[in-house]
Amino acid sequence: MSQPSISKSMTIGESGLAVVFAVTAFLCVIASAKALDAPFAFHAALSAAASLAAVFVIVNRYLDRPAALPPQEINGRPNYNMGPIKFSSFMAVFWGIAGFLVGLIIASQLAWPALNFDLPWTSFGRLRPLHTSAVIFAFGGNVLIATSFYVVQKSCHVRLAGYLAPWFVVVGYNFFILIAGTGYLLGVTQSKEYAEPEWYADLWLTIVWVVYLLVFLATVIKRKEPHIFVANWFYLAFIVTIAVLHLGNNPALPVSVFGSKSYVAWGGIQDAMFQWWYGHNAVGFFLTAGFLAIMYYFIPKRAERPIYSYRLSIIHFWALIFLYIWAGPHHLHYTALPDWTQTLGMTFSIMLWMPSWGGMINGLMTLSGAWDKLRTDPVLRMLVVSVAFYGMSTFEGPMMSIKVVNSLSHYTDWTIGHVHSGALGWVGFVSFGALYCLVPWAWNRKELYSLKLVNWHFWIATLGIVLYISAMWVSGILQGLMWRAYTSLGFLEYSFIETVEAMHPFYIIRAAGGALFLIGALIMAYNLWMTVRVGEAEVQMPVALQPAE
Amino acid sequence: MSFWTRHQVFEKNSIILVVGILLVIAIGGLVEITPLFYLKSTIEKVDGVRPYTPLELAGRNVYVREGCYLCHSQMIRPLRDEVERYGHFSLAAESMFDHPFQWGSKRTGPDLARVGAKYSDDWHVTHLTNPRAIVPQSVMPGYPFLSRNEVDPDTIADHMRTLRTVGVPYTDDQIASAGADLKAQADPENAGTDAFNKRYAKAVVRNFDGKTGTPTEMDALIAYLQMLGTLVDFKIYNEKANLR
Repeated sequence: MSQPSISKSMTIGESGLAVVFAVTAFLCVIASAKALDAPFAFHAALSAAASLAAVFVIVNRYLDRPAALPPQEINGRPNYNMGPIKFSSFMAVFWGIAGFLVGLIIASQLAWPALNFDLPWTSFGRLRPLHTSAVIFAFGGNVLIATSFYVVQKSCHVRLAGYLAPWFVVVGYNFFILIAGTGYLLGVTQSKEYAEPEWYADLWLTIVWVVYLLVFLATVIKRKEPHIFVANWFYLAFIVTIAVLHLGNNPALPVSVFGSKSYVAWGGIQDAMFQWWYGHNAVGFFLTAGFLAIMYYFIPKRAERPIYSYRLSIIHFWALIFLYIWAGPHHLHYTALPDWTQTLGMTFSIMLWMPSWGGMINGLMTLSGAWDKLRTDPVLRMLVVSVAFYGMSTFEGPMMSIKVVNSLSHYTDWTIGHVHSGALGWVGFVSFGALYCLVPWAWNRKELYSLKLVNWHFWIATLGIVLYISAMWVSGILQGLMWRAYTSLGFLEYSFIETVEAMHPFYIIRAAGGALFLIGALIMAYNLWMTVRVGEAEVQMPVALQPAE
Repeated sequence: MSFWTRHQVFEKNSIILVVGILLVIAIGGLVEITPLFYLKSTIEKVDGVRPYTPLELAGRNVYVREGCYLCHSQMIRPLRDEVERYGHFSLAAESMFDHPFQWGSKRTGPDLARVGAKYSDDWHVTHLTNPRAIVPQSVMPGYPFLSRNEVDPDTIADHMRTLRTVGVPYTDDQIASAGADLKAQADPENAGTDAFNKRYAKAVVRNFDGKTGTPTEMDALIAYLQMLGTLVDFKIYNEKANLR
């Protein structure tokens, strides 16, 4: 049976996107020529080059492709779209290593300040946003996009919606990272923690994110299953809420459309509240809801067990997203923010402990009857330990949100330790586990190159995390206690610089922990690379045409 | 029909699910943020708080650009040790013209909310150029390049106009003379000092970096640091007046 031949022509998407990018390239050239500051000229030139490249790729891709677009199904099986997933997985590993490396550099700068080199673009203040954005948005974001595109196709039994759109999402998102990251180094920043990118990067991200939502939603809408799978609820909550948070926190007025500097619409106390409503829910929806979606798909899949309780996942889902959004003010305890807001934030943060542990229980208990696999499968071990770290951080968080505890912990390294037990232990490990599953699946490989190397990665990284978080606990609590210590005569016992000096040994231990975590990630990169390069291809089961039932 | 059966409406309709998510996540934000815009008790009434002078604003932009907020807070909490170490706890009004706010979340270095007038300009120049020349144990990066970068007096008016649009009450007069004011504040010999002082109450006019010529980023940053926390006179501040 041959397809009836159709004449080849560009789709509306292809021609439309090519025209839009051509116009964008032209506008960016003008913007670059009229730019008021060098970083803006650089970014406009970069955008012009990228737009031209996009036009070239779109046309080239059109010339190379057969007349018909890729079919939705081949022999009755969904023709899954793996290209954007492979791209995002590759970028995740790349940005992960870059982000961990910058983390190691800034950790070392705090121990040995000479490493700042007294240059603008190598100083701590510019590299720290590079680290946080690279690990959260570049590494974490690419993991989320890659896994969400995989999970939504597999759980809906359909090909990803759109022909160019998924590519627009993955490439466009990484271009946003490039603009944001180079901007930090050049001093382009809003100085809003975790929302540093300036107005034009924010606008571009908004466009990419809307397309991401549309691709994801359109795929869910055309699903072949009556029910939307649990993981997809979490992915949807993550995508939708991040859009709301991004728009709420970032409205800004540029000084000139040809310059990088803008002033955010909110000021003072309202800006503080918007910022931490955003900031804490970047944790709640980017680093939690999105990665819980990974937990809900990859752990059952890898353990070959069903999710422990479907009803618990319903309660977990709604309780988590409802309660999380209130927790932001716990970042502003004892500040000029009104007390009523602080108290609300604290109350909901403590309540948040329950759905968090509900989710943890649901993830861990999925192993019922398969606990023995932890001995033999280091990938599953990584996934399960990540959930254990999730449980630990989501206990520590509510505790730290209690005002009296916060009066000690706030402004200290304890916060940094808390964040990293969640970021390295939970987000890092669940991402590594997902990548160890996803890479062989997406590249159609029978198995990983080496499980032994996964084991090495697991133990080296775990040791790194333990060093990191225990160093930060000790230094944070020590710092907090030194700040409030009084002599018997009623004077403050320590000058500020004495507390800085006391941190030195812990900053070295922290850097060592970070180095171990980075080494683990390098081992993973090698392992995944070899899996793709030399791994044995999975033999597709011969497809027998089944009679209709 | 049990709860679990009813829930299927979300499990089987993607649009209903999305709407459900939007409604559920909207509540917390609306309750916590909206009242901050209209409850009068949110920001206390205080005398003395004014928008930044052009030079201070340029300095603040350097502070923002270099990411100082990552190690220095500008928010003193009403705790005994903090008040004794840094001064009166921070008032909401003191950052009401800050776009963005710079309260910070970490004290790798000390709080700066009231660093103004604590150290001499010379101290700041030396410390910013090489912190370890003054404080051997410091882990702060050096910023020697600030003395080499000049501040552009011609564009600062655009910045103030933008800030006015987002709610900072700059007057037409202040915007019209922004460039001249920027130069005047760093140059006590300048003829425009008197007019500048009228436009900005309690602003300090000094040659902050000790060098002549167009103000540098060092001038600007030190002008900003030296005014931090100095606007409200706590000898006459009556906190009872704000109890409502």
